[in-house]
Amino acid sequence: MTTLMAERHPSDPLFRADRLPHIWCPGCGIGPAMHAYAQALVESGIPLDRHVCVSGIGCSGRVPGYLNIDSYHTTHGRAIPFAMAVALVRPQLEVAVFSGDGDLFAIGGNHFIHAARRNVDLNVICINNFNYGMTGGQVGPTTPMGARATTAPYGNYEQPFSLPYLAAATGAVFVARWTSLHLRQLKQAILRAMKKRGLTFIEVLAPCPVGFGRPNEIGDAMEEMMLYRERCVVDHGAPLAALDIDLRQRDHPIVLGNFVDIERPVFDPLAMRRPAPEVEDHAPLARKEQEG
Amino acid sequence: MLRGQSTRVPLDWKAAVLPQGQVYVIPSRCKECRFCIDFCPRDVLTLSTETNVRGYRYPVVATGKDVACVHCEFCSLVCPEYAIYTVEVAGAGVTP
Ligand code: SF4
Ligand code: SF4
Ligand code: SF4
Repeated sequence: MTTLMAERHPSDPLFRADRLPHIWCPGCGIGPAMHAYAQALVESGIPLDRHVCVSGIGCSGRVPGYLNIDSYHTTHGRAIPFAMAVALVRPQLEVAVFSGDGDLFAIGGNHFIHAARRNVDLNVICINNFNYGMTGGQVGPTTPMGARATTAPYGNYEQPFSLPYLAAATGAVFVARWTSLHLRQLKQAILRAMKKRGLTFIEVLAPCPVGFGRPNEIGDAMEEMMLYRERCVVDHGAPLAALDIDLRQRDHPIVLGNFVDIERPVFDPLAMRRPAPEVEDHAPLARKEQEG
Repeated sequence: MLRGQSTRVPLDWKAAVLPQGQVYVIPSRCKECRFCIDFCPRDVLTLSTETNVRGYRYPVVATGKDVACVHCEFCSLVCPEYAIYTVEVAGAGVTP
């Protein structure tokens, strides 16, 4: 049988299909990651109308605009405080923040570390493509040292963040890293994150052939995907301090995995105001009744 | 033997049924990134000779690969444009 032509994709009901094709460049890694998230929405067993997706600004910030669920495109860097309010006011909702490395860790960096410290019930999914793609390939907080960017024509001289290390250090209860190629593992990690209470963090390494690939001698998106295929090793128990990435060091492995999966009390600002739990309240009373 | 390939074979290998898939493409969405073509484990796909309205070639089933698709659905998952998927062909599975 040869190829058959179609008009619609089986996953189209999860997207605002009338807006497709999307604006992302050919080979951009955001599309596959959004597909993995969309499939996890269905497989989570949580009704679609209880899922919420929030983003800030940037190419990855466009994701909520293409998802056929309640979704919010907020101001630059402010996805987390917006999502935090949603999660606190409507704790029955499953709230995800889907945004990029620049939005979440430069402009929104403080919001991330404090949401992780407080352990707010949010699932943060961060597309890391090592640069500011939408605005033309400037240096961001994850650009590797020595990498070229429009604002670093001689090479970046700043130490980048290692995002899983940062997330674990600030208190996230689940921390993982996958890529736009490791999609089944990514989907499983998102499903795990949806099951957990508290702040979860998943980094998705993704090709940005225009902003990062071109100035750094990575020919196209396919070449960056091949780098992931050749160089990624899965090591869930890898030491968190050893998760640095430099795509250009071709002999250095890129470590993927689900690195952290712990339990910690979830952020609940009204906990101190509530009366003590009922069991303790009634125990002395019941004893009195028995004695009397 | 030591060429990076596992020589282990699942115990139920002979009983396993390999599904067969039918490839569907939405040409107008494709941006010719080639992910589906290069990551297909069965080399089922190749680029079309024609282009879509925006000038991109899109994947088509290669000559001689008419029944090669095993419906692993990786092309569908990896396509950034949601432009390709497969459907299992009922009753067409084969035992290895
Ligand atoms: S600039 Fe980069 S991140 Fe933005 S759509 Fe293009 S490839 Fe994707
Ligand atoms: S389903 Fe798997 S075998 Fe079939 S065309 Fe897609 S990637 Fe290839
Ligand atoms: S993965 Fe999608 S966009 Fe890329 S060549 Fe295949 S069908 Fe086209």
